[in-house]
Amino acid sequence: MRRLTWSDVTPKPLWLNRRQIIAGGMAFAAAPALAQIDAAPSVFSTSEAPNSLEDITSYNNFYEFGTGKEDPAAYAGALVTDPWSITIDGLVDRPGSYDLADVIKDQPMEERIYRFRCVEAWSMIVPWIGFSLSGLLNRVGVQSGARYVAFETLVRPEQMPGQQSAFIEWPYREGLRLDEAMHPLTILATGLYGEPMPNQNGAPIRLVVPWKYGFKSIKSIVRISLVDKMPQTTWNMLQPSEYGFYANVNPNVDHPRWSQASERRIGAGLLAGRQDTLMFNGYEAEVASLYAGQDLAVDY
Amino acid sequence: MDRVNALARRLPNWVVYLLGLAPLTMIVAGAFLGGLGADPVKAIERQLGETGLQFLLASLAITPLRRIGLNLIRFRRALGLLSFLYVSLHLVAWVWLDMGLRWQEMAVDLAKRPYVILGMLGFAAMLPLAATSSNAAIRRMGPAAWARLHRLAYVAILAGVAHLILLTKVWTTEILAYLALALLLLAVRLLPKWVRYPLPRRQDPI
Repeated sequence: MRRLTWSDVTPKPLWLNRRQIIAGGMAFAAAPALAQIDAAPSVFSTSEAPNSLEDITSYNNFYEFGTGKEDPAAYAGALVTDPWSITIDGLVDRPGSYDLADVIKDQPMEERIYRFRCVEAWSMIVPWIGFSLSGLLNRVGVQSGARYVAFETLVRPEQMPGQQSAFIEWPYREGLRLDEAMHPLTILATGLYGEPMPNQNGAPIRLVVPWKYGFKSIKSIVRISLVDKMPQTTWNMLQPSEYGFYANVNPNVDHPRWSQASERRIGAGLLAGRQDTLMFNGYEAEVASLYAGQDLAVDY
Repeated sequence: MDRVNALARRLPNWVVYLLGLAPLTMIVAGAFLGGLGADPVKAIERQLGETGLQFLLASLAITPLRRIGLNLIRFRRALGLLSFLYVSLHLVAWVWLDMGLRWQEMAVDLAKRPYVILGMLGFAAMLPLAATSSNAAIRRMGPAAWARLHRLAYVAILAGVAHLILLTKVWTTEILAYLALALLLLAVRLLPKWVRYPLPRRQDPI
């Protein structure tokens, strides 16, 4: 049986034609603005000043390119992100292998300026461009038995040198409970600072879940599966006592080896010191209700 | 080997101190001129700590190297004191730049975080070594007691490497190398004494 794609919804000649019109229009407009992504502002954006593009693109945890913070910027240039397709499978009405253009087609792009808190107790402010994950999930049709969403990163050791050693069981895996995945704060991001996503930040498409530690926001996604059981997640597989499935930012629940009570803001300067970490990374009003009745020290 | 030894005998100690301050100069220059990346605080803290660890490993390599005939013992004090300098500055960087003088948070960390406890233990083990690093101290204590006290360097290196391991999320080649080197340098000390000195023994000032 042939898998359905978005081209079954919109005939290929039609969207090819649309692309040509858009491309032609863009070429006709100013060349320097070519890469700019059109994105609407969002009520979910913080008013805090974003980190510089330099900070955001030179200080990354993306172990597919090495464990050093500078490794992704140094090595991610070799990653080929076009063509790119995402397999969407599991408990969905329209499973298939979707071209990236199909995935993002008609999704309303917004700029979401989010706080980003790493489990290592540093933080940044990042102006992501993306769309709500719920928009995509609604289009593929989530079946009633689905309880969780599982994500996988690309495995391509020849372009991702970190994957040439097996300190992590590749692919990198992450997951969300369905209600977390459907929350309007949860986005699939395809760019930042108005430009397409830099490779070291998870090109061409990555998850951003701003109230959870950064490692939940999986990069360079090639697979999204709707499943009925809690999926395996990479850091939890590596060190279950230290990294839970939920990984919500929580100043009151320490990492077993270090405190999560405060954080250092990248780019704040040598003598800036620390700031208090906020419950759910400052998104408590929006997401606390998702965890009503749960003991967050147990479900860390 | 003899030529290296002869060369080492002619090399003044101040050259070692001067070279040993080069990493610090780089770090300070980076702090003022940039070039330490997006997170200069972590870079400063990390580089100070790792340099301290490297000098401590170097000082611990002196005795094993002597057993295979390479005599660099004249430089051991310089290496040890350089290590102490870097470890002390690493501690200052943690207290001031990293923790931002949040004394209460540091006190909690000191009570319950093994990596902080181990780091502090390593530093504490180095204090009496630095304090008794002078010739006068060796004379006052007597060489045997002095040598016994200075076995605290073993505590310091084990605490230091464990400290590094605990604050890293995964095993990296770098961390495995530090661990392997530290264990190797300690293990060779367990070899029987007669394995010592294939070359005729010479008398050196300690």
